Amino acid sequence: MDKIRALIVDDSSVMRKIVERSLRQAGIDLDKVVEAANGAEALVALQNNAVDLILCDINMPVMDGLEFVRQVATVESAKGVPIVMITTEGSESHVVQALSAGARGYIRKPFTPDQVKEHILPLVGKKP
Amino acid sequence: MSTDTALAKRSHEENWLPILELATQEVFEIMLGCQVKPAAESEPKPNPEFTAMVGLAGALCGVVTVCCDAKTARQIAQFMLAEAADSEEQVGDALGEICNMVAGNFKNKLAGTDERCLLSVPTVISGGEYRFHSLADGDSLETVVLLEAAPVAVRLQLKR
Repeated sequence: MDKIRALIVDDSSVMRKIVERSLRQAGIDLDKVVEAANGAEALVALQNNAVDLILCDINMPVMDGLEFVRQVATVESAKGVPIVMITTEGSESHVVQALSAGARGYIRKPFTPDQVKEHILPLVGKKP
Repeated sequence: MSTDTALAKRSHEENWLPILELATQEVFEIMLGCQVKPAAESEPKPNPEFTAMVGLAGALCGVVTVCCDAKTARQIAQFMLAEAADSEEQVGDALGEICNMVAGNFKNKLAGTDERCLLSVPTVISGGEYRFHSLADGDSLETVVLLEAAPVAVRLQLKR
């Protein structure tokens, strides 16, 4: 996969910028970045934008990240798109819930550039 | 989800301050690229012009706050963004995320706690003319760290 279209879902605009910067620093060539502040906004964004990768927080107002991941399964155009959770929630139960719902990766905040490489690069066809 | 009395009791019996200090230091080091250390008790407390709060519910019930002056809050945002924040809203957003990560990192370090403790989304107050009355009135831990000589106070208040 060459250029990547990413959807970044986090209620913090600062964190969305940090995640975008981390992707670029990891060597991911971003073609387009779509941002959403919660799961509901992200579902609307998915209806209007084709993406190759989704990065998603868990604790958000309106619709949290776990519910968003469950709902993505019903969006035809997003089926098969890898989802990586990036969240302060570190419990095993959150990890299990996220992976069971369809997430392919889980990164705990605060996160290092190496964690971004390790968890995300394989999902976009690159070696960490 | 009810407060776990055994866990609340642990806060009396165990010294959680080093855990709060470590959780704070890790967040500043990883997300800001800054090493911070606990300030000496003789250091002045920060002027509370920005205060971020994240609630804890469940096994741990209380609130984590991060408080500093406006200049330091702008500096935290600048470190996180790698550029100057473009608005007061963005400064508050940055401090809220720091508080969120400190709270999450702290609870993840307490064995047996993270599974049964939920975090609220952050709330940020700008301006110092307020009084803080937490319903979680009970044990309180505070660490003040120095970010380039400017104090940042991190406090955990727990319900008894």
